[in-house]
Amino acid sequence: MKADPINVATGNHFMDGDHACAEGSIAAGCRFFAGYPITPSTEVAERIAMRFPKVGGMFIQMEDELASMAAVVGATWTGIKSMTVTSGPGFSLMMENIGLAVMMETPCVIVNVQRGGPSTGLPTLTGQADMMQARWGSHGDYEIIAISPNSPQECFDLTITAFNLSEQWRVPVLFMMDECVGHMTEKVVIPKAGEIKLVPRRFYRGGKKSFKPFRFNGQANMTPMVKAGDGYLFHLTGLTHDEQGYPLINAEAQQKNVQHLVDKIRKNVDKICVIEEDQVEDAEVIIISYGISSRVALKAVEAAREKGMKVGTLRLITVWPFPENKIHKLASKVKAFIVPEINLGQISLEVERCAAGKTKTILVPHAGGWVHDPRDIFQAIEEGAA
Amino acid sequence: MKYWRVPLDVDEVTVPQGDVHIIIDRCKGCGFCVEYCPREVLIMSTEFNKKGYHYPEVVKRGECVNCCLCEMICPEFSIISYEVKPEKPKGEEASQEKETS
Amino acid sequence: MSEIETEFTDTLTIPPPPEELRHPMEQFLRMERLPHIWCSTCGIGTILTAFIAGLQKSKLDPNKVAIVSGIGCSGRAAGYLHLDSFHTTHGRAIPFATGLALGNPELKVAVISGDGDLVAIGGNHLIHAARRNIDVTIICINNFNYAMTGGQAGPTTPIEANASTAPYGCYEFPFNLPYLAESSGAVYVARWTALHIRRLTNAVAEALLKPGFSFIEIICPCSTLYARRNRLGTGLDLMQFYHDNAIIQHGVDTREVDIEYQKRIIVGKFVDKDKPTFLQKRDTFLEKKLGNQFIPYRGPNHGN
Repeated sequence: MKADPINVATGNHFMDGDHACAEGSIAAGCRFFAGYPITPSTEVAERIAMRFPKVGGMFIQMEDELASMAAVVGATWTGIKSMTVTSGPGFSLMMENIGLAVMMETPCVIVNVQRGGPSTGLPTLTGQADMMQARWGSHGDYEIIAISPNSPQECFDLTITAFNLSEQWRVPVLFMMDECVGHMTEKVVIPKAGEIKLVPRRFYRGGKKSFKPFRFNGQANMTPMVKAGDGYLFHLTGLTHDEQGYPLINAEAQQKNVQHLVDKIRKNVDKICVIEEDQVEDAEVIIISYGISSRVALKAVEAAREKGMKVGTLRLITVWPFPENKIHKLASKVKAFIVPEINLGQISLEVERCAAGKTKTILVPHAGGWVHDPRDIFQAIEEGAA
Repeated sequence: MKYWRVPLDVDEVTVPQGDVHIIIDRCKGCGFCVEYCPREVLIMSTEFNKKGYHYPEVVKRGECVNCCLCEMICPEFSIISYEVKPEKPKGEEASQEKETS
Repeated sequence: MSEIETEFTDTLTIPPPPEELRHPMEQFLRMERLPHIWCSTCGIGTILTAFIAGLQKSKLDPNKVAIVSGIGCSGRAAGYLHLDSFHTTHGRAIPFATGLALGNPELKVAVISGDGDLVAIGGNHLIHAARRNIDVTIICINNFNYAMTGGQAGPTTPIEANASTAPYGCYEFPFNLPYLAESSGAVYVARWTALHIRRLTNAVAEALLKPGFSFIEIICPCSTLYARRNRLGTGLDLMQFYHDNAIIQHGVDTREVDIEYQKRIIVGKFVDKDKPTFLQKRDTFLEKKLGNQFIPYRGPNHGN
């Protein structure tokens, strides 16, 4: 399926990550937005408020983030692609309803333009400290997809990827930008609509009696949905349920239900995970990074390579599900993993876990508010190569 | 029915005739239907259903006018009120036949 | 004065019930889920019957009606209705319904939930949806406590009433729900009790057909928790109380209709006015501002 040519802002633009994300969502076919203003994500909402009336979308600023997420889940079940945008404090508020979206297997995109935390933190300055919250934020067992762009161009492209992944796997996708990428202005090339590939929602067209909203087969690859109002008279609940959607309160039903929610992502990591590697085959030290830190790390990598060190980079484009097998395999070949991130150790814990003791994991932390000094990363590379 | 005066259209208006059917095993013995039936057609039975609740029983069969209040007020959807066309007894039929022949 | 006795009792025989006797509301119920979980003498089942009767009376296409409910005893209603129904998180039924109503403007969305769910945790969403005049119908079932979790005090528990988190009696001022709804901007506000089934049916039909934010508060007996904790008998005794103490006053000022513990309950249709809905206002406004650049939102079946 290709994007609708009327609404794609084709051309070369000079725009920041927030605006590019808004344009990406319009190109992806998103036509419902419910959000609440919060720095540094407000620009996304503002651009959508301006563009949606001209592309036939529905924008509503809700009274808080809880309402925004609830409205997004509701709107998705009318058959439309929907999205919301927030930052750290709002992300915490949305967690219960993200859990609802996971339980109801609802495709939607939640953009978190990360800022310094915890609590009110640094509203106007960058951070990357919500990464673990992205994975574990809502209560209960589940798996989710989280994407981390590192440039305004990626903000456009990967928003489209986020919508595609959410439709394919019927799971909410968390688009984990950071304030730096969100407020960075760079060249963004928006292609012609015909060049943008979209994954359309798969709708069930069979008989009304035989429709089941869920298939607990650990796959969910394009399990069809229906729209409210089409006469299927389905029922959805946040309670543990069977394939028909009816609540079933016992341990056996819980096992089937939750195992499916986890398996559909965990067993398909190879199909979902997107990473960018550079010179990892013979590397002594590999830098694993994501978001804005990956760009800062490149400076350190440049300097290290000039000195003759064999440094590879592995950039996580999908941070969750984490590429466990890849890291595990690479661990036996390298002297160290260097993980620069603008937090005090989150994805580094995952790297360490997957390395399983076969190699060192050196965290280059940063509490937030600015990006790393490349010299700190360089020092870590030297330490790792030693 | 007792009237204190004769309504002018008493010959034209037929009071409907109804009956109720109780889905005994779904009843939870709340007693709303028994309490609020305007014709006091029902009483609570002394018997128990499968869940251990007393359920309503029709005592004044024939008094029901199919007002459907019991059907509406029942929280369990377990009482159904329906209209019946009462059969005339054999004696009357015979006398009618005699008149027409 | 003459006494006329019409005789039709003993001289007529009643035929047995027809074989295929089904409850007339079966098409609206998920029969495989009955009997439902509500207690004996709970009024929610009665309210659900009145809702279905109101839905039938409104002649709306059942395929285009969506029900959203929250968490609680009243929130279980969505699970028994054979319509597109959603059982969502605590307090968030109204924004979920907003998403449905705006996502597909052809849908008729009703929210059936309890007093604690809609007015405490969901209070913020209630006032904003009313302010915006979103086209949804709210059925607020008020049993004066949080029944599902064991009878805790809520924002509508009257002063003096006993609840599990107010073991010496509640000392907080409760909400006057019709006043709250009216002052937030609702266009249709009514209050009935579970006993007033026929008037409630008419109110539901009116509210469903009325464009804009409609709010119906229904006083409901809670036998196992509220009645038992306050030694008020069973739900049937509470229904008798409503019978003796409910006063119908249509159009009265909503400031006067607060409920005190075991005192008179004023019921009726308090507010019925006209105001542009959110979508109507949005369309006229943006069309004026943007002219033919404005593309109205019509829903997923119309190319949006």
